[in-house]
Amino acid sequence: MSGSSLHGLSGAVFALLAPVIEPGFFSSEVVHVAIVVGAVVAIVSGTVGVFTVIRGQSFAGEALGDIGTTGGSGAFLVGVGPLLGFLVIGVVAAGAMEMIGIQRARGRDLATGMVLGAGLGLAALLLYLDSTVHNTTGATFTILFGSVFTVASSTIPLIVLLSVVVLAIVFALYRPLLLSSISAEMAAARGIHVRALGGAYLLALALAVALASMTIGTILSTALLVGPAASALRLTRRPSHAIALAGSIGVAAMWLGILLAYDSFSWPPVQTGWPVSFFVVTLILIVYLLSGLPRLLRTRTRAV
Amino acid sequence: MTDRGERAAGAKEILSVQGITVVLSGREILRDVSFAIRPGEFTGLIGSNGAGKTTLFRVILGLQAPSAGQVLLAGRARSSRNPLIGYVPQKFVLDPDMPLRARDLVGLGLDAHRFGIPLPSRARRALINENLAAVGAERFADARVGELSGGEQQRVLIAHALVARPKLLLLDEPLANLDLRAAQEVVALLARLAKELKIAVLISAHEMNPLLPVMDRIVYIAAGRAASGTTAEVVRADVLSELYGSHVDVLNVHGRVLVVAGAGDDSDRSEVGQHGHDVVVPGLEIVS
Repeated sequence: MSGSSLHGLSGAVFALLAPVIEPGFFSSEVVHVAIVVGAVVAIVSGTVGVFTVIRGQSFAGEALGDIGTTGGSGAFLVGVGPLLGFLVIGVVAAGAMEMIGIQRARGRDLATGMVLGAGLGLAALLLYLDSTVHNTTGATFTILFGSVFTVASSTIPLIVLLSVVVLAIVFALYRPLLLSSISAEMAAARGIHVRALGGAYLLALALAVALASMTIGTILSTALLVGPAASALRLTRRPSHAIALAGSIGVAAMWLGILLAYDSFSWPPVQTGWPVSFFVVTLILIVYLLSGLPRLLRTRTRAV
Repeated sequence: MTDRGERAAGAKEILSVQGITVVLSGREILRDVSFAIRPGEFTGLIGSNGAGKTTLFRVILGLQAPSAGQVLLAGRARSSRNPLIGYVPQKFVLDPDMPLRARDLVGLGLDAHRFGIPLPSRARRALINENLAAVGAERFADARVGELSGGEQQRVLIAHALVARPKLLLLDEPLANLDLRAAQEVVALLARLAKELKIAVLISAHEMNPLLPVMDRIVYIAAGRAASGTTAEVVRADVLSELYGSHVDVLNVHGRVLVVAGAGDDSDRSEVGQHGHDVVVPGLEIVS
């Protein structure tokens, strides 16, 4: 594609987009909170997600997300914010997985599955109590599928603080974590305490998933964790670039998702707005599918 | 001090394995294994699968505590992180999707134990390039490691192990998944590095023939016991028969050594069976 046609294309996209941004988007406080929280959380998820994918721990990430449902519904029942519930249950679940034996390749899925099953059993009870005691199903939906528009602006400092903690853990352990993800044996031979490292990483994963659950819900938090990271791994050759790209993809999907969700208040069938999570997850899926194209084209060319 | 000078002076041993016995869940894996190697020497640790080679490596690396005996590195008891040892593990498998260039893996060899993100510097880059060049890996320095061939990956792993300037290079079955030509190239590279950098190379293999041209010393391991010395001293029917606890023949066919189990004796066979060994023993090549 030539430069001028690319330019023309992006111009056309902007021309299409301009009337799409509904009036009031940039002046709404709810949107401001969503944009800040969404970006912070997407960066954290993308960074941690790169290691989740290369360590083959996507299932653990998914399980920690799902179990967040238990914490979120419990928090709603006792009347505290969902983030506290996500955090407490995430750390407890990560600890349980670690103790059952997530570090051994064989014990890993078993440990994750056991903890997931126990957690979701409790979630079934708590969600039932939520919807009967408070006589609403809105909370259940928000916990499971999230809504970045319902995040209270007062939680921003805590979200930012936790994000800094997670990023500090990952960047401090960057090199040992990378080597142990490539080969646990090579890391151990260099005197790296592989088990302690895995535990610290699992804690970072639990915190990242709790943050992601705030924006797109417990069930979909894995999408933000794994999707941008998996796309970035296909498109880059360096671990540091993969982390930067994964964060960027996450932020882009999140912001575009927020914009589309805001616009969708005027869309059929009900004029109440479509869930942000739907847009974010769909955009991430589209990016992931597109990220396979370069390799597909390369092998095609090679075959011919 | 030159290599020759060191040898003449009795040569300080870089690795001294003294009476190592390892018992794992009641099973004796290694029994009273002793040998020593010096800088610049190329040593082959030869034994069939399950003979205890990897366990011995784990003891040397400090990942497995011996039930008896000790390992000395440059005359001292080993510590947990020992920069004297460079290690290349067995069965290294990396996903082609892994975003890791050959030069990134070599960089991790330099400072993977450190906290924080590696800061790019001219000195760091030069050191990485130098080690990539030493193993002939410049051509694929910027390729993803997971997309390289087995022989190319071995070169990168050797550079990864070399970059921290170890005195001892341990390689666990590096030739296992290589075709004959790639195996010969890797062996020649290791022999050259041992002489040029004055480092001791200890390489485990279940087949000794590819190593015969370059081996200064052989540690032959069978049924958890080891014999060491030059190939002429060790690869003999009497020495190996005693090691196996049953009669074996050592045949020299067209410059290749074949070690053949004495299959005529029933008691010998049961002895071999007890230790869980194959009848096909190290060195035996199946000729079509």
